[in-house]
Amino acid sequence: MSNETDIILTVNGAQYAVRVEPRRTLADTLRDQCGLTGTNSGCEHGICGSCTVLVDDEPVRACLMFAVQAQGRNIRTVEGLANGEELHPLQRAFIEHHALQCGFCTPGFLMLGVSILEREPDIADDALREALSANLCRCTGYKNIVKAVRAAASEMRARSATR
Amino acid sequence: MDASGFGSPPKKTWVGRSVPRLEDLPLVTGRGRYAASVSFPHQLYMRVVRSSHAHGKILSIDSSAARAHPACVAVWTAADVAHIPPIEFRPTKIQGLEPYRQRVLATERVRYVGEPVAVVFARDPYIAEDLAELVAVEVEPLPVITSATQRPGQFEPDRDTEPVVIRKEFGDVKGAFRAAHAVIELDLAIGRHSGVPLETRGAIARYDAQRDVLELHGATKRPHPNRDMLARMLGRSPTTVHLYECHIGGGFGVRGEIYPEDVLVCAAALKLGRPVKWIEDRRENLMACNHSREQRHRVRAAVDAEGRVLALDDEFFHDQGAYVRTHGARVADGTASMLPGPYHVPAFRVAGHYRLTNKTPAATYRSPGRFESTFVHERLMDAIAQKLGLDPLEVRRRNLIAGAQMPYERPLTVQGEPVKLDSGDYPAHLEKVLARVRWDELKQEIARRKTAGEAVGVGIAYFLEKSGQGPLEGVRVTVDTTGTVELVTGAASVGQGMETVLAQICGDALGVDYRRVRVVHGRTDVIDYGFGANAARVTIMAGSATHIAATKLKAKAIEVAASHMLEATPEMLDIVDGRIVRKDRPDGPSVTLAQVAKELLPAAALAKGRTPGLTADGIFECKHEAFPFGAHVAVVKVDRETGGVKVERYLASYDIGVAVNPMLVEGQIVGSVAQGLGGALYEEFVYDDNGTPLSVTFADYMLPTAHEVPDVDVLLTQDAPSPLNPLGLKGGGESGITAVGAVIASAIEDALDAPGMVTQLPITPQRLERLLRERRA
Repeated sequence: MSNETDIILTVNGAQYAVRVEPRRTLADTLRDQCGLTGTNSGCEHGICGSCTVLVDDEPVRACLMFAVQAQGRNIRTVEGLANGEELHPLQRAFIEHHALQCGFCTPGFLMLGVSILEREPDIADDALREALSANLCRCTGYKNIVKAVRAAASEMRARSATR
Repeated sequence: MDASGFGSPPKKTWVGRSVPRLEDLPLVTGRGRYAASVSFPHQLYMRVVRSSHAHGKILSIDSSAARAHPACVAVWTAADVAHIPPIEFRPTKIQGLEPYRQRVLATERVRYVGEPVAVVFARDPYIAEDLAELVAVEVEPLPVITSATQRPGQFEPDRDTEPVVIRKEFGDVKGAFRAAHAVIELDLAIGRHSGVPLETRGAIARYDAQRDVLELHGATKRPHPNRDMLARMLGRSPTTVHLYECHIGGGFGVRGEIYPEDVLVCAAALKLGRPVKWIEDRRENLMACNHSREQRHRVRAAVDAEGRVLALDDEFFHDQGAYVRTHGARVADGTASMLPGPYHVPAFRVAGHYRLTNKTPAATYRSPGRFESTFVHERLMDAIAQKLGLDPLEVRRRNLIAGAQMPYERPLTVQGEPVKLDSGDYPAHLEKVLARVRWDELKQEIARRKTAGEAVGVGIAYFLEKSGQGPLEGVRVTVDTTGTVELVTGAASVGQGMETVLAQICGDALGVDYRRVRVVHGRTDVIDYGFGANAARVTIMAGSATHIAATKLKAKAIEVAASHMLEATPEMLDIVDGRIVRKDRPDGPSVTLAQVAKELLPAAALAKGRTPGLTADGIFECKHEAFPFGAHVAVVKVDRETGGVKVERYLASYDIGVAVNPMLVEGQIVGSVAQGLGGALYEEFVYDDNGTPLSVTFADYMLPTAHEVPDVDVLLTQDAPSPLNPLGLKGGGESGITAVGAVIASAIEDALDAPGMVTQLPITPQRLERLLRERRA
């Protein structure tokens, strides 16, 4: 189309120069133009949260944000969570506590969970459940997702205490 | 000491342990490969133009504006696919359904909102969507049927909308009703809802002229039968059609069936000479992917003075939607067969009206026919208790089939096979459940809270499941020269953890670490046959085949090692952690499976007169299903003003025979309870009188969130292994959903002291608030 714009997206610390129509969503741009297909689109109307990414450390529905709006901001996706071979504590907790089955909602829950842990590492159980109710999972019944986030929280607290 | 006279080395076993899943690493690191992530160079995007009328005659389709657009590659209507026959459904003993099949694009008439009418192909998905909006479909409306209890209308001239009435009967029903102490009658309805996986459907087809192969990516559930069906529809040999499973974002019965879009991308890839990709959006998914569940039952029970059922008589109306699709009448048939549930019913009669309506076609959703029938038999148990002034628990105790009656054969068939309940002591299991929740204390606590003014209540429901649909499954296990084990099966994965479970079974039978086993599934190019992932069958069927294949492979490896490498007899050897060792000297000389695999490379093997390859096949054949069972207990609190229901506590019990990986089984149970809560309280595909669907976003079709779902407690028992397979397995895929509608209804009635109030699912706040208002008036 004629009205495409050149933008630069900063994702997981790397820069991606892409040409997009203004209407192209951040989710589609990450997937199709940056090759970061870890962010899944489950509903494209902002309810399921599968496409949750962090934009300047805030959880955002990447299906409701246009790519052009994300220019100049710091975007983090599931691909950036692990440090090389070393998984993020929340990724490990998801495996250990069987917090995923089909895995489709998992990247969104991981990013939501990371934002909660970074913002409020001591979050109370009720508040945690409330915060996690922002995203949908169709497989797990949430029990193990809540458990995994709690486990990662206590591990991260213990780790920062020993520092 | 074992029978061979040699001591057994300590052996690590995998079956029965909650080991982590093999599937998880790519999924937590963003390297999952779902259908939308599959792309090929130069691919086209398909967009479907869907009917906005529930029923009508197609007068014209004007695609000139779309075709005139420079980015338009093609627009197809029914005329372009006239050579493709209507979509087949599963073979079934119920005859006469063929005329009601759906064509891949609507021909002459549209019969539901969402029905594919035309397809547009373009190089960009956004543009394909723009072009689809330029296609104008003119429709002359016809009368709309929105309920299966309405009088049948016209499907086409000389054919009405009731293709079949399913009838089953045994025993002296009339006599039982004549002799009854009391007759209980209920009118019950289960709402239209469905699996709604978080990943929408997706299909990517490409044709490779060099190999003359048509590939379909994004397949799942039943890749091999679907390959055969597509080959027949497209006039190709099945060996030139390859289906590939990707990661699957949830199956639940609806994903992986053959829908119009799957056929269309294949036909387009062949015709247009470019790969064709189609990814469903959520709005489409909610009006085009299979719906399920909607039934209305008018049921009567004849009982004696002690509350024992003498006969059941049910007439029900199954809302199939607009076409006979994917499963034929299997859900209605299964509902009829499973209606007596875990109870001894001496006389039985059912008439199931399988009717078409102008709504999205329906088929299976997790626990098809059992979620519905369990709601019916458990509502009946509560009603019997109420009518006779008995404890609902006591009524269930008196009617449950006793352990001594096993195996228990019911003069019914389900999908053509006799209903023969294979094992279990249902009453004993009930007592375990009561002990787990401390039933008497729980009742007292509820009573105390009620006295204090709270609308809080507890319910219980018992259910019978079925699992392990045959007819067979095959597995090939091969060890390569690095000692890595490859397990190939025609079964499929829908995200349930089958790779881990099969690897555990293989690990034990072969004597290797389960992490050394790579499971290949859902591919028609590496194994000729397979029956997929449905009906809680994979662990039983593919698991048993794995056990057979790996046991054969172990014997083969030991035989080679014994005669050529360890100077021992096979009886003296075992395989431990991938090493073949002497049982009496596990730390002594040994050879690895990798070494044996090298011995069996073609040249080396032939030189010694052996068949090349460290590989073995196993086929497990079993037509009879295994029947798991369990009970649910729920505590709910009702808001009398708003009709809102809060589920405070939930226990789901399940006897699975043998749990290969208890953590995964519990995951299946907890997850399916959550889905069940959706169907019990929130999820419903609502239509207006014109047949327009009103639930086409997640704001209207409400899936439960972490806020609504309590931490589900699980009582997993292994008291009743199945005698039907070598490991005693029963299936767990549908385990937790079956009794949710029933138990929530029961708990709400208890909370409101309103027996008989709940007759319809889902029990939305609107419905409950209205019932409460009516009661006050």
